Amino acid sequence: MLFAHGFGCDQQMWRFVAPAFADRYRIVSFDHVGAGGSDLTAYDPARYSTLDGYADDVLAICRELELTGVVFVGHSVSAMIGVLAAIREPDRFAALVLIGPSPRYIDDREYVGGFSAADIDELLESLDSNYLGWSSAMAPVIMGNPDRPELSTELTNSFCRTDPEIAKRFARVTFLSDNRADLAKVSVRSLVLQCSEDVIAPPSVGAYVHRELPDSELVRLAATGHCPNLSAPAETAAAIEAFL
Amino acid sequence: MDVPVAFAAELPPAPPPVDPAGLAGVLQDSAEDLFDNAPCGYLSTLPDGTIVKVNQTLLTWLGYGRAELVGRRLSSLLGAGDRIYYETHYAPLLRMQGTVREIAVDLVRADGTRLPALLNSVLRADPAGAPVAVRMTIFDATDRRAYERELLRARRQAEESEARARELARILQQSLIPPALPEIPGLDIAARYRPAGNGDEVGGDFYDVFQTGRDDWVIVVGDVRGKGAAAAAVTALIRHTVRAAAIRVRRPKLVLVQLNQELLRQREERFCTLVYARVRRDRQGRFRLTVAAAGHPLPLRYSTRRGLDVLGRPGTLLGVLPAPRLQESSTYLDPGRRPVLHRRRHRSPPQRRVLRR
Repeated sequence: MLFAHGFGCDQQMWRFVAPAFADRYRIVSFDHVGAGGSDLTAYDPARYSTLDGYADDVLAICRELELTGVVFVGHSVSAMIGVLAAIREPDRFAALVLIGPSPRYIDDREYVGGFSAADIDELLESLDSNYLGWSSAMAPVIMGNPDRPELSTELTNSFCRTDPEIAKRFARVTFLSDNRADLAKVSVRSLVLQCSEDVIAPPSVGAYVHRELPDSELVRLAATGHCPNLSAPAETAAAIEAFL
Repeated sequence: MDVPVAFAAELPPAPPPVDPAGLAGVLQDSAEDLFDNAPCGYLSTLPDGTIVKVNQTLLTWLGYGRAELVGRRLSSLLGAGDRIYYETHYAPLLRMQGTVREIAVDLVRADGTRLPALLNSVLRADPAGAPVAVRMTIFDATDRRAYERELLRARRQAEESEARARELARILQQSLIPPALPEIPGLDIAARYRPAGNGDEVGGDFYDVFQTGRDDWVIVVGDVRGKGAAAAAVTALIRHTVRAAAIRVRRPKLVLVQLNQELLRQREERFCTLVYARVRRDRQGRFRLTVAAAGHPLPLRYSTRRGLDVLGRPGTLLGVLPAPRLQESSTYLDPGRRPVLHRRRHRSPPQRRVLRR
């Protein structure tokens, strides 16, 4: 099972869910480049200017670790990253588990993604105000020690660390993406996990993803919010278990 | 050192003992009052963000009645951008580390205006570790946010002007060297140019290679003292003076004398060092190199058989003395022996021009 975290956090967000499968599956989790303990010097703005660059990384991990029959579990934007990877190399994947997926966040005529373009600008501004405190002072600490991420644990918030500039670019790539046309190309069996009252990926979006994915199941969780892997790990794990 | 004894006597008298009950009466500090009229906002939510308790300070700041907020989701008080940040970063962070500090958000007031705020949160858990509630303090950060926006704007401006300065320095630096080297049949010329510094300022290093006659070429390597636009302007002056003089007079020493006069005439305070080499092809097709140096490291000549030797003789730098001491010396360029005109600074990145046979 390959666990991929979404925007705003890192692989530690799987700490309550992944162990439930550790006895039967080989568990692989990773930080996207720019997040958590990743090597920030590996960040190439051109490569990561679309979600394809992130999908390439997923496939590179699969190749490097010689993973086959992969159950890909992707949260938030990583759900779409998994979709892109599975289109590219369908034979490598046994199943996709998409938690809170959204193929497009911005409303488009009849399609309701939940956000306007102005909302996304506001998010970027929000990131600016939140990174002001440690961007210049702390980034070099992380930058200088990509192989020793433990050195930066003195940060106020030691989880979900991210380089401010990369976070802004990732936000732009994530929230301006449109992968609606890709859904129909997926041949891998998929599970869509939809939270109640998720403002990032509302139920109508989950239903859309389920409708467009050729071989998919939709499970509505009682969990609220966007991160059931943290707020309701048992319910999340049980739903994945039942699907597998 | 002795402590002056008199000092102790000058301390103010100790305050009279406080009656805790009486003081509490004066301050009216009941627990409820401390909560409701604290100088910061207090908010308690369920783990899913449903507001269950809120203090009067926050209600006043936001313009809501208590009944309007209790039962609502905290995220509904946030603008769309902050809502994404809250759901994707703040909520996971709180769940994982149990506390989140100094998160900047704009809370939306009842009248639709925004309250820039800083949030600190702690997650309360039951003995088994399951989250029960979130306690949050909210600080009005209106002035601070305005100041931070100014800082951000200033930083962006600084980054932009730095980028412009770099680009300007790069273009200016590029204009001080020839875009391409002339073709000289029978002679290979190679040049390598690496400006010193971090690229935000143009340096005074330059070289030039040009033809002055059918069988006559000139190679110049030089350095103007200092950096920046003023040094670049002098460098440009030197390049065109040398080019003009090289057509009028052929002998390297005389070209340098004319350049010296021009620098003195311009009352330039910057001096320069220079190596001037004339390359002439004779009737037998051999190349003769005549060198004059002015305060500049002398050219070197290298061959695998004979090793390294120095070409030319030292002279005084230009732009200082009315009559600089300059000397010429000549040699034939033999196949396999490579003369190198260079300018290498110590304690800075490698920087040289190589001209070789």
